[in-house]
Amino acid sequence: MKRTKAYGLMAEFDSVNSLVDAANRTREAGYKRIDAYSPFPVEGLAEAIGFHHDEVPLVVLIGGLIGGLSGYLMQYWISVVGYPVNVGGKPYHSWPAFIVPTFELTILFAGIFAVFGMLALNGLPMPYHPVFNVPRFAFATKDRFFLIVFSSDPKYNPVEVRRLLESFGPRSISEVPD
Amino acid sequence: MDEPIETRAPVIEPGYTLGSVTDKISSIVLTRPTSNAWFVGFGLMFLLTMMLLFAMGYLFVKGVGIWGVTIPIGWGFAIVNFVWWIGIGHAGTLISAILLLLRQSWRNSINRFAEAMTLFAVACAGIFPAIHVGRPWVAYWLFPYPNTMNVWPQFRSPLVWDVFAVSTYATISALFWFIGLIPDLATLRDRSEERWKKIIYGMLAMGWRGSARHWHRYETAYLLLAGLATPLVLSVHTVVSFDFAVGIVPGWHTTIFPPYFVAGAIYSGFAMVLMLAIPIRKIYKLEDFITERHLQNSAKVMLATGLIVAYGYGIEAFMGWYSGNRYDAFLLWNRLHGPYSFFYYMLLICNLGIPQVLWISKLRSSPLWLFLVSLVVLVGMWLERFIIVVVSLHRDFLTSSWGMYYPTRWDWMTYIGTIGMFLAAMFLFVRILPMISIFEMRTLLPEAEVKE
Repeated sequence: MKRTKAYGLMAEFDSVNSLVDAANRTREAGYKRIDAYSPFPVEGLAEAIGFHHDEVPLVVLIGGLIGGLSGYLMQYWISVVGYPVNVGGKPYHSWPAFIVPTFELTILFAGIFAVFGMLALNGLPMPYHPVFNVPRFAFATKDRFFLIVFSSDPKYNPVEVRRLLESFGPRSISEVPD
Repeated sequence: MDEPIETRAPVIEPGYTLGSVTDKISSIVLTRPTSNAWFVGFGLMFLLTMMLLFAMGYLFVKGVGIWGVTIPIGWGFAIVNFVWWIGIGHAGTLISAILLLLRQSWRNSINRFAEAMTLFAVACAGIFPAIHVGRPWVAYWLFPYPNTMNVWPQFRSPLVWDVFAVSTYATISALFWFIGLIPDLATLRDRSEERWKKIIYGMLAMGWRGSARHWHRYETAYLLLAGLATPLVLSVHTVVSFDFAVGIVPGWHTTIFPPYFVAGAIYSGFAMVLMLAIPIRKIYKLEDFITERHLQNSAKVMLATGLIVAYGYGIEAFMGWYSGNRYDAFLLWNRLHGPYSFFYYMLLICNLGIPQVLWISKLRSSPLWLFLVSLVVLVGMWLERFIIVVVSLHRDFLTSSWGMYYPTRWDWMTYIGTIGMFLAAMFLFVRILPMISIFEMRTLLPEAEVKE
């Protein structure tokens, strides 16, 4: 399959500071569709590439509410409607006793939503991604830092982007094939 | 003994770079040849696991009569071992979740294998309630599910709460462990030479590429999971203690149980962490990552939780006298002078006496001493559960219903078999997964600091 356009242009850096600096300056130069890759979480890097909306907390809250409500209502239905048993004269709706499973189910659902919500929002699992075509990218999980400007950016122009990336003094620049 | 802060051992020895940390940890899995000692160790533990399966198989054929449980001691080794194993698991969650929230960055080099320890310990613990019910093939009746019998669990019982607490704990521990592994699996994928390893680690890493957006969501999820796991771990042993405390048996019916159980769980868990960390750091030459600082800190946690446990014993003895209840007073007398008094004195020596040597700073940084003290604590905490379960039950209110408990060979085979299963899983873990979290170690390096 022949494509006329590359997926993007990628620069490799030696240090985390050059990456954060380059990401900030690329964003300031007006590029919107950029991403940065690092072998560990870097404070401020997400902001540097213009990422602000993290929906994970909301997903976890929704999971917790679903778990807690369904846990309590399940116990209520079972103990009052489905299978009422008189235990030592305690009321069918013994709410203090229902708190423990309600709590556990809140944690269970919130935790499951946190992990799978994070994966889903990140679009994982995704075994194939164009950035993996760059051989040097294998070091993104070791000790190298990468910045990419995607060709889908409205301002994308291979010559200008290359000139901008070169001005940051990267270790190498490679074109990412689609 | 009062050292200034500067001379404390570092969390990670100086001179490491992002590259060398990555290579050192990943090479243990990828390039280090498997030694004969590993095969011998794993082989022995595998045989013990087979013994466990044999003991369980025979149990399924014959029933719980092969065990030493009789009336009045209906809860024997199964419950003792269940509580012991689940308690051991607690240290892993404490290290990975609570110390993360408290920003104790030294945890980064021990959290991975401590979480693995939690997972395997909970797996061992989970076996016991399932097989002690008498008809293990219907153990799923513990869970609420629509059935043609139209019967549902009774939610006022702590035993039903325990089903929810332990199964939630197992699930969240597995998720927490797995989410922590994802970036390291990507590292292994990129570092493997062989194609089949690349494929397996690649599938498990799910295409992780370290994007800044991904890291941001990842860190949020990880932190929230830690925040959820923190109250969860405290709740699990609290609920386990309710299994006893809600009963009216003297020795069980006390309000000190929840905090005292949680402290005891962390006490035994840190002992197990040390017993695993000390040989691992020696064999795999990881002294630069699991330093004297980690040993010192773990020993201090053991000392502190051990004192909380001591307070629990003190309160139990005090209430035996202060309550004025003749059954509570008799329980204390029976512990000190009854047929199982030897075990009570051993318990006091193991849990209160010997661990006090940890006040000496030199012993706290001696791997050999820590290993031995940890072994003593694990024995002591097992005895504690034996005292709580068996000694409380064997002489309750009516002298006509007193009895004695003698574990059979099947009890021992099942118990020792779970130790074999636990260690066999640990042996596999250190060979196929990075036992130290690589990406969290990277964040500890000076290279990882972002200058403003």
